[in-house]
Amino acid sequence: MKRLIASLLIVFVSTVGGAFAGSLYPEIPKAVGAAHPEGNALMRINHMKMLRHDRDETMRLGNRDTQYSLAECVACHAVMGPDALPISVKEEGHFCRNCHEYAAVKIDCFQCHNSKPDEGFTALLAQRPAASKDEIAAYLDGVTQ
Amino acid sequence: MKLPALNNEAVRPAEMNRRDFFKSGAAVASVTLAPGVTLMAFGGEAHANADAGKRWGMLIDVNKCASDCNACVTACSNENGWKMDGNPETDAQWIRKVDLTHKQTGREASLPMMCQHCEEPPCVDVCPTGASFKRADGIVLVDKHTCIGCRYCMMACPFKARSFVHEEVEDQAAHAPRGKGTVESCTLCVHRVDKGGIPACVESCSATGHGAMMFGDLNDPASDIAIALKNYASIGLRDDLRLNPGVRYTNL
Repeated sequence: MKRLIASLLIVFVSTVGGAFAGSLYPEIPKAVGAAHPEGNALMRINHMKMLRHDRDETMRLGNRDTQYSLAECVACHAVMGPDALPISVKEEGHFCRNCHEYAAVKIDCFQCHNSKPDEGFTALLAQRPAASKDEIAAYLDGVTQ
Repeated sequence: MKLPALNNEAVRPAEMNRRDFFKSGAAVASVTLAPGVTLMAFGGEAHANADAGKRWGMLIDVNKCASDCNACVTACSNENGWKMDGNPETDAQWIRKVDLTHKQTGREASLPMMCQHCEEPPCVDVCPTGASFKRADGIVLVDKHTCIGCRYCMMACPFKARSFVHEEVEDQAAHAPRGKGTVESCTLCVHRVDKGGIPACVESCSATGHGAMMFGDLNDPASDIAIALKNYASIGLRDDLRLNPGVRYTNL
């Protein structure tokens, strides 16, 4: 009897655990461009700080050469719909939406910004090589200040 | 009618703080050729940041502006992604054509109206959140990140140059984000200017052959616009308010 309960328990735990791992954790679509050299963990924690930092740089100071920009995020992380065109944040499966739904955090960016890349966004991706480690360190210094 | 000099720094040295001074002069190299003769070379900066030494402005020759031409409005609409819905009460007002008739003489004139990029912008004075602001180079903008859509600036502007976004917007241009609940106006195509370009309206005006609009740095005495302003009489609209607009008109 004990053995039966134990085996049942194992089956139960494994199915429930499997369900958690399989369905609740967001499925993160692969990006088009090169990977972030600073690692995904850093991006997951800091992307909003970087966006905020760069928005003031661009909007207030007119610096259009920031290391990263929302336009580039949206271009590199574009998810294609059934018509092979990038989908907007209103459609399920959009890169930003996937995680933000999981974390229950509202995205305000796309009230004004386009969640789909501009035409010719592939050219945008080709423009800039990946940042070096020194550049990233210097950039992050700027963000924290 | 004569206003303070267009040169910002001459009038308001406090506007240029120490940091701006070093920034705008960061790449200045001076070579002494002979006693009393100095050669100054202005090099490019690493960033094309808004330069406090500049003041961007526009000169519009009303005689050259045709009343049946709408090229500047169309170009602005295409560039910045705003559309007319045929509802004048809620339509975007980045730029519009105004036809004037002098009551006594009957002289007719047509001119484009947009944000006049004042040196003393009333929209900035009244903004409760600091969203309405003037860049170091004189371009007046709305920071939609902090705009709460109260529309005080629309009331304060004597030129009716601003409008409110009443409905949700989709497929905005990447360089011109705009969304429901915020105020917007002419940006002097700041995204082009920062990259060394000229506003879309000015470009389209010369493409039509009218050449009624001129864009440039009012502070640079060698620029076409500064030379034209020096040689020909021009006015800023509502000069009585002493806002010193960056957009000026001749033959009005």
